[in-house]
Amino acid sequence: MDKKKNFRQWLGQEKVAGYVFSLPFIIGFLMFMLIPMILSLYFSFCKYDIQNPAKFIGLRNYINIFTDDASFWKALKVTCYYALIGTPLKVIFALIIALILAKDTKLTGFYRAAYYLPSIIGGSVAVAILWRRMFEPTGTINAILSVVFPGITNFNWFGEGSAIWVLIILTVWQFGSSMLIFLSSLKQINRELYEAAEVDGANRWRQFWKITLPLLTPTIFFNLVQQTINSFLAFTQSKLITDGQPNDSTLFYTLYVYKKAFPNMGKSQMGYASALAWIMLIIISAVTALLFWSRNKWVYED
Amino acid sequence: MNMKRKILDLIYHILVLCGAFIMIYPLLWMIFSSFKPTDYVLPTAKQLIPSVWTLDNYKTGWKGFMGYTFATFFKNSFFISITSTFGTLISSSLVAYALQRLDFKLKKPLFILVLSTMMLPPQILMIPQYMWFRRLGWVGTYFPMILPYFFAIQGFFVYLIMNFIQGVPKELDEAAKIDGCSFYGIYFRIILPLIVPAMITSAIFSFIWRWDDYLSALLYVTKPEMRPISLALKLFNDPSAGSDIGATLAMSTLSIVPATILFLIFQKSLVEGIASSGIKG
Repeated sequence: MDKKKNFRQWLGQEKVAGYVFSLPFIIGFLMFMLIPMILSLYFSFCKYDIQNPAKFIGLRNYINIFTDDASFWKALKVTCYYALIGTPLKVIFALIIALILAKDTKLTGFYRAAYYLPSIIGGSVAVAILWRRMFEPTGTINAILSVVFPGITNFNWFGEGSAIWVLIILTVWQFGSSMLIFLSSLKQINRELYEAAEVDGANRWRQFWKITLPLLTPTIFFNLVQQTINSFLAFTQSKLITDGQPNDSTLFYTLYVYKKAFPNMGKSQMGYASALAWIMLIIISAVTALLFWSRNKWVYED
Repeated sequence: MNMKRKILDLIYHILVLCGAFIMIYPLLWMIFSSFKPTDYVLPTAKQLIPSVWTLDNYKTGWKGFMGYTFATFFKNSFFISITSTFGTLISSSLVAYALQRLDFKLKKPLFILVLSTMMLPPQILMIPQYMWFRRLGWVGTYFPMILPYFFAIQGFFVYLIMNFIQGVPKELDEAAKIDGCSFYGIYFRIILPLIVPAMITSAIFSFIWRWDDYLSALLYVTKPEMRPISLALKLFNDPSAGSDIGATLAMSTLSIVPATILFLIFQKSLVEGIASSGIKG
């Protein structure tokens, strides 16, 4: 009886309760992140096909990736192209629309919802299927374009140069959440700054460049980091819409990792795929670090 | 002057409306096309409103494939999304309370770990987790798609709820403590009832993300009767399943109904949730 009471008292202490409440995360982090990561780090030094026991081969996977794997370089190139074009376009779109929608009218709530809706459902398989259907040679995109440009009928969007653009358009279309973040920081800008600028005779254009844009740079930075990471990891949509085709021109990095681990034909190369995943993690960390390094060069702080 | 203002306002609204129409045009096209006879969908691709309306696509689509109707797939998706969302809410709010309100030694490092899980996306964990779950014998079960969410593994939700708890006056905690309430009592009686808005926002995001999760289904679902809607739709669209465009669009339309309804009802809290802690979407 006394023991029970002691235990309850012990549990009631703040320093103990803190761990009790954090327990889900502590267990989850160990079970679903740390252990799998350590496991995969080990297997990245192995030849491993899941069926048979892993065989330690040292740095062989890594050496092969860098010296003898054209698809790896191709996947890296495709992913960078997608990230370098898609991310800035998305953030610029988000900013422009946010500036337009910052004006408060009776319909503003409705407008925001309409521009944000694609982001809410954009990750679904339904939208991937829809995108594939819309950009087919006989699909609705060509049908509409042919009204304006009669020569364009049957343009093949899924050809080697343009297939990646189908995916870029899809990601830019989902600028909604960046837009909402811009809108909320626009609201926080002190009105008096604009009034003062007006008194000084600065026009709207000048106000934008001298007040709005500098004050938004932290938000621009945040969105850039977020969206860059996201675009490095695009998987579902490319898997469903193009599956890396044609000729690997839309072979995103994560898709390549997946294909190595779960090939349609032949043996799984889990060890090799683990090494690829680790390289990806290092690349993402490096890109994030680079973005953070560039931060004090252009982000305004007061 | 007044006249000029009004005209400018009108132009503004027309332009913004046109933009909004372009934004949701793909979705409108999907919805309206699903009511066209399936042979008309592509030939009349540039016409939005069907000239002949039909429900045939829904009837043929619902029958599904390989002996399972879409009722099965929807049921599976609801089961996975609801249970994993429930787990996310409970575990994330417990952890958020500890990290926001309690004082203990490893609080700081734990908080940093939580933030770093936001930077560590599921695609990177795909291969490691698959190997681990395979060892645990979980491939072919729903465990990989549900159980992890009972352990607050998505830093985004912990962070979102933490921000919200910050807004709950600390005096309430203090008063309860004086009345003899333990930390566990404070969480259940004071914090939990006051963070309902953050829980709603989290629930909706979690539900939609679990509903759309195609990657896990692809990796872990092996039996046809266990397929969630995301995987089923993909297979339904494959040429091997007949690839009936009308039926595919009809089932695609149905599959986005839950997310769209949630969005329309809780629009305001979603918008605020994104704006305040701004991640993903």
